[in-house]
Amino acid sequence: MTDLEAFRKETRAWLEENCPADMRTPMDPMKDACWGGRRWQFASEGQKLWLERMAARGWTVPMWPKKYGGGGLSKEEAKILRQEMRRINARPPLSSFGIWMLGPALLKFGSEAQKMRYLPEIARGEIRWCQGYSEPGAGSDLASLQTKCEDKGDHFLVNGQKIWTSYADKSDWIFCLVRTDNSGPKHHGISFILFDMESPGVSTRPIKLISGNSPFCETFFEDVKVPKDQLVGERDKGWTIAKYLLTHEREMIGETGALKPMAQMVAEMGVTPDPLTRAKINKISIDEWAFAQTMNRMLAEAKAGASLGAKSSMLKYYGTELNKRRFELMMDIAGHDGLEWEGENSEDGKLARLWLRTKGNSIEGGTSEIQLNIIAKHILQLPGA
Amino acid sequence: MSLLLNDDEKMLRESAEGFFADKAPVSQLRALRDSRDVTGYSPELWADMAAMGFTGVLVPEEAGGVDMGFMAAGLLAEQMGRNLSASPFLSSAVLAATALRKGGGEQAARLLREIAAGTSVVALAVDEGRKHNPAGIETLASPSGNGFKISGAKSMVVDGHVADHIIVAAKTDSGLGLFLVPKDTTGLTVERTIMVDSRNAARLTLDEVEVDGAHLIGTLGDGEAILQTALNGGRAVIAAEMLGAASAVFEQTNAYLKERKQFGRIIGEFQALQHRLAHLYCEMELARTAVLAALRAMDKNPKSAGPIVAMAKAKLGDVARLAALEAVQMHGGMGMTDELDIGLYLKRIRVLSELLGDADYHTEHLYG
Repeated sequence: MTDLEAFRKETRAWLEENCPADMRTPMDPMKDACWGGRRWQFASEGQKLWLERMAARGWTVPMWPKKYGGGGLSKEEAKILRQEMRRINARPPLSSFGIWMLGPALLKFGSEAQKMRYLPEIARGEIRWCQGYSEPGAGSDLASLQTKCEDKGDHFLVNGQKIWTSYADKSDWIFCLVRTDNSGPKHHGISFILFDMESPGVSTRPIKLISGNSPFCETFFEDVKVPKDQLVGERDKGWTIAKYLLTHEREMIGETGALKPMAQMVAEMGVTPDPLTRAKINKISIDEWAFAQTMNRMLAEAKAGASLGAKSSMLKYYGTELNKRRFELMMDIAGHDGLEWEGENSEDGKLARLWLRTKGNSIEGGTSEIQLNIIAKHILQLPGA
Repeated sequence: MSLLLNDDEKMLRESAEGFFADKAPVSQLRALRDSRDVTGYSPELWADMAAMGFTGVLVPEEAGGVDMGFMAAGLLAEQMGRNLSASPFLSSAVLAATALRKGGGEQAARLLREIAAGTSVVALAVDEGRKHNPAGIETLASPSGNGFKISGAKSMVVDGHVADHIIVAAKTDSGLGLFLVPKDTTGLTVERTIMVDSRNAARLTLDEVEVDGAHLIGTLGDGEAILQTALNGGRAVIAAEMLGAASAVFEQTNAYLKERKQFGRIIGEFQALQHRLAHLYCEMELARTAVLAALRAMDKNPKSAGPIVAMAKAKLGDVARLAALEAVQMHGGMGMTDELDIGLYLKRIRVLSELLGDADYHTEHLYG
């Protein structure tokens, strides 16, 4: 037996033994995800046990080094773990911006002390992080951000406002882009800092969206004191980290296009479509398939662990636009039923709310237009883009 | 299923890149067109392709082929698409070779050998009307003596005008049959049809054409399955040729946007054009994936490849046409001139998207 076969066998046995029964049922990412953090209320004993057991093995972040709370697995081992989890329908033990976004940035740009301090508590799901990027005057033009960060000798002083901060009202800490120098070009003078959302001067206000939900907040900073060792990387050079993180975010959002196939959603609805609708479904099915395969191909082409770079813009653009097309058609097919907003029959307008949610996919993390700009500039090498 | 090329495939692609750019560039197609060449392709090129093993890419080694499979055939077709190289590759080396191989028998073995050697051109006659419709074949083969008597009409028989043999799909009392008809058989009339892309096809009339039993490919029972495999192989390879043609116009357009000046600016600075080309880039990436997946699926298991091939043919039908249309528009007036190659690509892509089922056909018949 090869090492990998042995690893698969051990992993399978451990998962069978340790994954609680209620963590092996289909998960609604909107309702059933475990986000962790100081104020997290576990939905069940199973959810709590599952997080604790996986974290103890480092398997909430299988490929991070062991000393930072990870599993220290190779790419091949991590793939086996994913396959074995899928085999028993195991839910992800933890959903976390710390894992998806801040962690990779800290591993690349953080100091050893910062890695030792922040990564293990991310891996254990003890601290829930949010991302402070956009501002009222800095959306697509992110680099024009103005949240002020002054050097006060033994600490930084932060003043300003962020917007579209996902789950800011539920998060413990924030990773935040701030302006430390206003004298040069806009991409210079941006710094990447971390601070506790319980710091005096921090307040949040949820924004109600067209879907009726409020996943985003406005976040205000008034004379927030931030210890100086919470600056990541070099002062004034945070744009590099910001871009790196955005690439990660794009790959993540792009993956929404690889969700449940359209044909399956229609079948579950119990609808027999007319020929014209059938043709539209088939057209979308072709794009779903080609897109999912393209994502696999690009990941396989990229060297192990390497970033997709500008190609992530392609995935983000195409995946989110495709998802919007899918839900427009789902609403067409659902007809009158899809218009229900409240009540048991529609699970409180589940489809309508999902349809509305997808509109944000092509805006958040850089609009479709920004992604096309990036493709034009970095891949097509067009002038002035 | 890996969509990455292995080392052998990469080597083949490289040698095909050089070969077709060198031996069969767009200027060759122009020369054939302008001289109203009787064959419509260069027999020297076909001989060179045979020497390289390209004509035998799907022919078994015992019949003198190199038997490299559909991925290899697709990599070759992609380069033919880039250069608009004219040859009977699709008709003989892909469609006929696949049908003959699957059918088996002595006749087939002899013809496969000739295809690999580049000494025979064999065409496949399926369609009869305006659109691809293998389910609607009306040509009839009735038992006669120890063979069959075939009557009917065929259209869009690619390379039919130069074929030494034509494989005719006809219905019989016991299912679909594929019949090998030599070009000089009594009752067979071949009319050359010069197409919009300066390539050739033929209209056939079959008036009580008599063939003996040995000319049936395979058996009557599996005619349908043989045809299906040949068509799917053809569709996957056509998709690959479309990818090559679309890549060529895409790259030419990208380059043009960096050199053409208007209003004192390089037109590639205009966001209206940047976004359209960036969108096309994304579609081209999906198209490439679809082609690779279809070719791999054919190599893995032709029986289950149908839906994947259909998706690829449909996707390429849409994307290659978008690439050609955008190329003409973004080249402005120059895109309308015969001097530029853009128009030649537009025409070829139009033909390829129609051949063996357009995007609508395959979208409708996704699951058979």
